[in-house]
Amino acid sequence: MELKTKIDAQEGKQDLVIIREFDLPLELLFKAYTLSEIIEQWMGTKVLKLENKKHGGYQFETTDPKGNKYRFNGAIHDFVPDQKITRTFEFENMPFGVQLEFLVFEKLSDDTSKLTIRSMYETAVQRDQQLKYGMTQGINMAHNRLQEIVHNLK
Amino acid sequence: MEVRRDVFQAIADPTRRAILSLVMLQAMTPGAIAENFDSKRQTISKHIQILTECQLLKQEQVGREIYYHLNSKKMKEVVDWLSPFTKMWDERFNKLESIMKKYKSK
Repeated sequence: MELKTKIDAQEGKQDLVIIREFDLPLELLFKAYTLSEIIEQWMGTKVLKLENKKHGGYQFETTDPKGNKYRFNGAIHDFVPDQKITRTFEFENMPFGVQLEFLVFEKLSDDTSKLTIRSMYETAVQRDQQLKYGMTQGINMAHNRLQEIVHNLK
Repeated sequence: MEVRRDVFQAIADPTRRAILSLVMLQAMTPGAIAENFDSKRQTISKHIQILTECQLLKQEQVGREIYYHLNSKKMKEVVDWLSPFTKMWDERFNKLESIMKKYKSK
């Protein structure tokens, strides 16, 4: 299946870019990033704090199936409605450091829009660690899926 | 006779997956790895040996100690390293899209 999301992480660089086009008007896409109750639904997190303004901040909390809680937070550096959010992102208690994120929202047509997230890490090593972390999680998921399939065969 | 190991066999074991997660963050000696588990030292050594045989771990001699690293190149063969990350975001964004479509029609 073709994924609608593209992620570009070039070797040796310390940033990564996530691009996605949505079947949504720009205003709705932007709302999905600014209304707490909506963020909670699609991110699967609890919104502990969200101040959508220049010099604001946010803190989210997710709970995994085992009940472990993970928090991430950041400072909102700049906030331009329906255009751009510039913020920091930090996964609490993880060795990935702080990232600077540029979220650019663009109108493509009356019913479609595009989001580009550029995430800058302090070092290329930190970026790769975060990706490796995702990779081992991916292995766990792939394995669980394999187990399910095998289980269903029995 | 030594059985030839393959990576899929290697990652089928939860302890071995836990070892991979540990060395992913930093290179570790077998002793430091074993400290994270309740199992006997020999059991953990066996797991490390299997992971090394199928090249998911790389050894590096530093003085008298051997350190184990994650071999990302081999890991890439198992999973494209961006694919779980991309999939996670794609699923999230699909959800965002369907939620906002309903929101629109409210």
